[in-house]
Amino acid sequence: MPTSELKDNPMLDPATGEYRVIAQGQTFKSITVKIAGIVLTPDTPLGWFALFGVGGAGATMLLVAVTWLFLKGTGIWGVTQPVAWGFAIINFVWWIGIGHAGTLISAILLLFKQGWRNSINRFAEAMTIFAVVCAGMFPLIHVGRPWLAYWMLPYPSTMNVWPQFRSPLMWDVFAVSTYATISVVFWYIGMVPDFGTMRDRSQNKVAQYLYGLASLGWRGSVRHWVRYETASLLLAGLATPLVLSVHTVISFDFAVAILPGWHTTIFPPYFVAGAIYSGFAMVLTLAIPLRKFYHLEALVTERHIDNMGKVMLATGFIVAYGYAMEVFMAWYSASHWEAFMMWNRMFGPMGWAYGVLITCNLAIPLTTLWSRKLRTSIPFMFFISIVVNTGMWFERFVIVVTSLYRDFLPSSWGTYRATKWDYMIYVGTLGLFTALFLLFVRFLPMIPMSEIRMMLPGAKIGHKITPKATAEAGD
Amino acid sequence: MPAREGTYGLLAEFDTPSDLVRAAQQARHDGWRRMDCYTPYPVEEAAEAIGFHRNKVPLVTLVGGLMGLAAMFLLETWISVLAYPLNIAGRPTYSWPAFIVPAYEWTILFAGLSAAFGMLALNGLPALYHPLFNAPNFRDGATTDKFFLCLEALDPKFNLVEARAYLESFAPVSVVEVEY
Repeated sequence: MPTSELKDNPMLDPATGEYRVIAQGQTFKSITVKIAGIVLTPDTPLGWFALFGVGGAGATMLLVAVTWLFLKGTGIWGVTQPVAWGFAIINFVWWIGIGHAGTLISAILLLFKQGWRNSINRFAEAMTIFAVVCAGMFPLIHVGRPWLAYWMLPYPSTMNVWPQFRSPLMWDVFAVSTYATISVVFWYIGMVPDFGTMRDRSQNKVAQYLYGLASLGWRGSVRHWVRYETASLLLAGLATPLVLSVHTVISFDFAVAILPGWHTTIFPPYFVAGAIYSGFAMVLTLAIPLRKFYHLEALVTERHIDNMGKVMLATGFIVAYGYAMEVFMAWYSASHWEAFMMWNRMFGPMGWAYGVLITCNLAIPLTTLWSRKLRTSIPFMFFISIVVNTGMWFERFVIVVTSLYRDFLPSSWGTYRATKWDYMIYVGTLGLFTALFLLFVRFLPMIPMSEIRMMLPGAKIGHKITPKATAEAGD
Repeated sequence: MPAREGTYGLLAEFDTPSDLVRAAQQARHDGWRRMDCYTPYPVEEAAEAIGFHRNKVPLVTLVGGLMGLAAMFLLETWISVLAYPLNIAGRPTYSWPAFIVPAYEWTILFAGLSAAFGMLALNGLPALYHPLFNAPNFRDGATTDKFFLCLEALDPKFNLVEARAYLESFAPVSVVEVEY
């Protein structure tokens, strides 16, 4: 890096040559005013209403489509024999995967003491929760009789029927419900001190009352902080194996089946890596417009974008390894069915989807993300995030559909075509996600103020302090 | 919090965490025990300065996690072996490897909930009222950018005049009396 660039760009730290995590000149007060001000202002930006209108329209479309689904049944979808798992499973896996980056940022990077995560963890966690909301809906609505979905829970019923715990679909119930619960608890506990700040800074009686209730009476006692920090670390330590287990369990849904292309041991790690890959892409998709729109460039800096690009590069290569192994095993297994499945996946009638997947997940990101210049280019990273999200959706499409539509017996081959209701529900969940996220940005502090304060230079305890041997003052 | 009258304590306000830690360490050294620090973000040194070490959150979490593990594994075993035995492709009814996954999830679920709610309970939260919020400068600073040391009236050393003079000796921004 030439020294002239170091001098000219105030965002670069001369000591390391890296972009700063937080811009210079920020104080406890300035970051509090900035972050709390976004929520406490009475003026909602017009752009917020415009976007909320779009998201709300999508959510309404989802409501219409789901209502029609409940009235008519899953026959309105494109699923049929032999492709009995369609958009519902594809979207479920895609959304859950997106959620995983939020947990990774909030939990795993906390354990690794990656301070840069502090700026982005709150909205990444919010993204997790809203993604799990969208994901969790699909298994519930695709069971056919969603009003009986509670039969999956073990409860003493008059029918004397109990769930069957040897099925991965049953494991899913516990994995996803635990994931949703722990994510919400982690998110909320993380916000409690910030709710205290909101309560104390708000000028509006109703807001003071509501933030006061949400803050649980937080007053910042250092005894409380110590327990709070321990609980946060423990929750992070618990969320880490949890997030790895959730996508592993979801991959078991496929891997325990005997279908070619599903029955493979690479699925758990490959699903988890793919989840993190798409999740970081979604964090970028959200973070880049947010920092621009709310002028958060001092708190969400090029350093964050750069680091997320590096994580995507690493997880992208794990995904690439997964694809390579699938092809290798199709040959090495010497199984006729596996080999045909792979040939059909690449060159069959739906080979175009495999092409999209390779282009979006491997060809574009894994060649360009090596460049630091491109990783710190905001428009390029936004573009890459959309590309990877698309690619990861197609990955799930390819896994679900190409294994099912041409399996062992040619006489039972078929095809899959999604109906307008499939598309309405998918696009509708995107709308619901957008609407929920906008509500979050408007009403909750989107960057954790207490965690940012810890990273400011003023937070350092100057020097080793030793008490004076004799009490001179007071008594 | 029982209804009390009179003085809760004296609250000294500082501008920097270093000033707070220095004052807290000295107060602890001089024999003060009923006191607390209030900071807008975790300041570990302040907790050490007032001699706070007993943290039971990890124990609560461990107990919660073990309870979740036991509850789910026993539930699965009871259902599959006794309550509703099903022959799934000739597998044994006690298929313990398959039971691990839900039991693992419930270990995490119970441990996580115990960590979160245990932390709140040990902190005495939620609390709808606390006398400190009566201090005029507390809400302006404690959750934003100021650092507070409170000497509580319950400490046997507490005497309003002397304690005030003692706190003034640390050159705080202000010292205010907090009423119940």
